[in-house]
Amino acid sequence: MRALISSDFRRQSKGDKLFDIMNYIILSVILLVVLYPLIFIVVASVSEPDAVARGEVWLLPVGLNIDGYKEVLKNTDIWQGYANTIKYTVTGTLLNVCLTIPAAYALSRKELVGRNLLMGMITFTMFFGGGLIPTYLLVSGLHLNNTMWALIIPGAISVYNLIISRSYFVSNIPEELFEAGQMDGCSYFKFFFSVVLPLAKPILGVIVLMYAVGHWNSYFNALIYLRDRQLYPLQVILREILIQQEASMSMGGSAASVMEQQRIADMLKYGVIIVSTLPILCVYPFIQKYFVKGMMIGSVKG
Amino acid sequence: MKGEVKESLTIEGINGEVVIHQKESIVKRLLKTWQLYVFILPAVIYFIIFCYGPMYGVQLAFKDYNPVAGIMGSEWIGFDNFVRFFKSYQFKQLLENTLILSLYQLIAGFPIPIILAILLNQLRGSKFKKLVQTVTYAPHFISIVVLVGMLNIFLSPRGGVVNQIIQLFGQEPILFLGKEEYFRHIYVLSGVWQNMGWNAIIYLAALSGVSPELHEAAIMDGASKIKRILHVDLPAILPTVMIILVMNFGSVMSLGFEKAYLMQNSQNISSSEIIATYVYKMGLLNAQYGFSTAVGLFNSVINCTLLIIVNKVSKKISDIGLW
Repeated sequence: MRALISSDFRRQSKGDKLFDIMNYIILSVILLVVLYPLIFIVVASVSEPDAVARGEVWLLPVGLNIDGYKEVLKNTDIWQGYANTIKYTVTGTLLNVCLTIPAAYALSRKELVGRNLLMGMITFTMFFGGGLIPTYLLVSGLHLNNTMWALIIPGAISVYNLIISRSYFVSNIPEELFEAGQMDGCSYFKFFFSVVLPLAKPILGVIVLMYAVGHWNSYFNALIYLRDRQLYPLQVILREILIQQEASMSMGGSAASVMEQQRIADMLKYGVIIVSTLPILCVYPFIQKYFVKGMMIGSVKG
Repeated sequence: MKGEVKESLTIEGINGEVVIHQKESIVKRLLKTWQLYVFILPAVIYFIIFCYGPMYGVQLAFKDYNPVAGIMGSEWIGFDNFVRFFKSYQFKQLLENTLILSLYQLIAGFPIPIILAILLNQLRGSKFKKLVQTVTYAPHFISIVVLVGMLNIFLSPRGGVVNQIIQLFGQEPILFLGKEEYFRHIYVLSGVWQNMGWNAIIYLAALSGVSPELHEAAIMDGASKIKRILHVDLPAILPTVMIILVMNFGSVMSLGFEKAYLMQNSQNISSSEIIATYVYKMGLLNAQYGFSTAVGLFNSVINCTLLIIVNKVSKKISDIGLW
């Protein structure tokens, strides 16, 4: 097949060649449109802030300057938030995976009595829910308010991740393997830990990434459940720096000090975007190859 | 022990034929598979408490919430909360804002990932394809807070890139985020920017399932690339397209709260206030629990109804549905 296509490549019709050229042009434009804002943030973060503010920075750094990063380092809110976010992400993802993977495996077994009922009950929650207020009252009623658990427990399982994991087990753990295990008197527990988990690495990679990114990026639950500033995750701090900053800026001070504040705030913005987003952008390309596989399983059997 | 295992497996396999045996074997099967229930028990507890628990709390929509009496003890007031919402002066605008924004998002955001996937699929295994994929997936991992922060930076009237370009053409800089007429465009286009690559993955997965023989045969028949896209690739991914479309329609009313809320300010509020942000403000900021539960319930009921209708239509037309 590949040989056929590549030989075909050389003796293509004019129309196909034109198509290829157009294809490359369109995809290149898309590439640039997506890439440019990302590059700009990186470049602006190491440029002279005044040059950025005057709009002189386009593609290359103007006057190398890392004051933005120094501001980030000086800002204790950011580091507190960073530490909190790491704590919430690690704990949360661990809980997510420990709940999702065993449940997905159990749901993938045909001999589970009541399997369809359970699946129906779980899928239903994808399309209908109690809504914001009843959930808020429930979490308050359980006294999870103003603790890290309010950010972790209410979203402990994503139905979508549960379904793709289940589909993965259905299609990737051969029935023969299970029968052989049964013959050897292997219990479900033993089979799960010695056979299923080692085979589940690709799906583990995908769901760990999805859950972890979810925790890393979430701010809404923190906004509604947390009151103590020292519990705030990074995203809430980011919101203050990136979005609310303009409002607080006008709070008095002489014109000169306002200008200086503005300058510091501007420098901080780019640095903090990089520092907060880079960990994920560095990790995801390594797991990228599993995305298509994971999605394929989810879409075919989900 | 081994014999028993065999027996239960055969019963599974034949199913239907050995009805009499199955009755007694359910208890047996439960006993034999108890470990599976240990696996699933924590998840079931979670769903009961945190998904079905709030559904129980939905009764608040029909009550006048009294914090002292709690959900159960509060007084029933029938549909008063709903009537109040329908009669409120914001109702029409909220509904309009929510529907326009999400339909706009659907119309602009739905076809682009499909086109991207088809174009990418034409570059089999090349480095360029890898590069485009890696780059277009990346924005998906940026948080909403950072995305809105970036919008603030790029659209800023003082030094923002977009306004720099506008000024190059001799125009006055525009305060994009403070104008209601720009809110929807910014919301939808930034969403396309962030998610087109990620949303294309599912279509790429579907395209990778297209049998090579079909393409081979089409090449033999002298079909051009465009013809092969139209007559081989598109029909092959149609089921996936339909499923995603049905699901998108089913969530037309459940527009994300987060982005709209972060982009909101007093100047663009007339087009950026949607039902989700209204529920948050009325419920959590103004503590009108019963009323905002009712508004939220109204929202989910419309969603569910839409999903059921669209699913039915899709099944009738294309024989493809979610259930």
